[in-house]
Amino acid sequence: MASNLSEIRGQFPFLKETVNGHPLIYLDSAASSQKPARVIGRMSRFMESEYANVHRGIHLLSERATAAYENARTSVAKLLNAPREEEVVFTRGTTESVNLVANTWGRENIKPGDTILLTEMEHHSNLLPWLKLARDADANVEFVPVLENGVALDLDSARRLLAKGPKLFAFVHIPNTLGLENPAADLCAWASASGTTTFVDGAQSVGHQPVDVQEMGCDFLACSSHKMCGPSGIGALWGRHEILSAMPPWQYGGEMVDRAYYDKPATYREPPARFEAGTPPILEAAGWAEAIAFLNDTGLEAIREHSVSLANAAVQQLQKIDGLRIFGPVARQAGLVTFSIEGVHAHDVAFFANERGLALRAGHHCAQPLMRMLGSPSSSRASFYLYNQPSDVDALVAILHEAVAFFR
Amino acid sequence: MDNELYQAVLMQHSKQPRNFGPLENPTHAADGHNALCGDEISVALRIDGNTVAEAKFTGSACAICTASASIMTGEVKGLTCDAVQTLAGNFRALLKDGTGPELPKKLEVLSGVHQFPQRVKCAALPWETLVSAMQSPVG
Repeated sequence: MASNLSEIRGQFPFLKETVNGHPLIYLDSAASSQKPARVIGRMSRFMESEYANVHRGIHLLSERATAAYENARTSVAKLLNAPREEEVVFTRGTTESVNLVANTWGRENIKPGDTILLTEMEHHSNLLPWLKLARDADANVEFVPVLENGVALDLDSARRLLAKGPKLFAFVHIPNTLGLENPAADLCAWASASGTTTFVDGAQSVGHQPVDVQEMGCDFLACSSHKMCGPSGIGALWGRHEILSAMPPWQYGGEMVDRAYYDKPATYREPPARFEAGTPPILEAAGWAEAIAFLNDTGLEAIREHSVSLANAAVQQLQKIDGLRIFGPVARQAGLVTFSIEGVHAHDVAFFANERGLALRAGHHCAQPLMRMLGSPSSSRASFYLYNQPSDVDALVAILHEAVAFFR
Repeated sequence: MDNELYQAVLMQHSKQPRNFGPLENPTHAADGHNALCGDEISVALRIDGNTVAEAKFTGSACAICTASASIMTGEVKGLTCDAVQTLAGNFRALLKDGTGPELPKKLEVLSGVHQFPQRVKCAALPWETLVSAMQSPVG
């Protein structure tokens, strides 16, 4: 990818922005990614000549919109190597996908005394819906521990806790804080040996590297368009067909109903329609499909290698800064670096960096319990994606040296 | 730019905050946090009658929040609770507009914050925690 980096960068209009005369360097893709011109153009064209509501009109524009919307489902299914397209449910994003499963499958299947297994490295979105479900269902929650300094998930404990046969194991594939990748296929294999249903949070992995739900062997996987060059407001829940088919609806209204009556219960459609009440994110689906085509053209393996190599370069240089602590493994498995600097608060670092054109993340990264446990309620994060270049790492390092001199 | 926000006096307060540390036998206390950026601060008070006799703070916060807490704890000592409430209101106005009625000179060092909306919460957090502490007797 290094050879065509300038061509890739040329496709991202945001790179023309400046801050106080400095070129904008975006190191916050783990929060949300930037959009290439072809996604922006696709969404404009869609609104100009293809837009209408989906699935219910018989006029030209409705046909075009329905085709675009369903083609997007095909794109997502292929991206995940899903066995069936109907297994892809469009949601508002990963968070809504978790809430959907917690409120449907969870309410049907989690009984008093059951155990929900999570890990200590979950984003709030794959933590709070399960904790609420467990409280309501009078179920137990257990956590697979994280090793010292967040270098890895404690796999021995994971194996032991999974052998006890929890009802559900929900875990993050790539956490948004630690720069590591959990061995999802192993974890799912151990889980299914105990009859445990698995839910994978793929928000940081899908669109950043190849992800194959069949190879992984999970039962559910959630992801978001906006993390992979697509628009915000849409994401997906993938679930095994037999599980989705047995799940009750979540939200009720148009589109999800089969037959409706005044005086007796309605009947509901098969998945995915059953879980897509109301007018869905149509425009966003068209944009997301274009983003997926763009990522496929670039190559997901190449994107991963590029992002991880930038993160490794950052780790090498950041380690030399006095009092700087990096969370997670030294050898990066994902393209981000979270760190804290003794005597310099993360919020000041992010402000100081922004004045020089560098977009960093500061705070708890929506993983408060994890960061508290690691002893750093507030830290900075630099995350890399396909539009970042090696000189971005140099700029990061130079600005951090400057910040240390200023604040300490 | 940095210098408008991080004035020299402010940086002194941030690097060597006054009234930082635990207060023995507080009568009132409260914790505050800024979920967005991770500022965490605790304010402890000793209120005699209707007067703030002692004010200290602890926690882990950014330069703006730490400096604001340092200046605040110095300013409110000796004031009545009503006067502290008034001052807190005037300080809020300063953060909103860059000017506030009847503000002690020392607080003016934070007048530049209003130009940086994302930092207003940092400067305001100690005061919000202080007001909350005045309503929260210990024990």
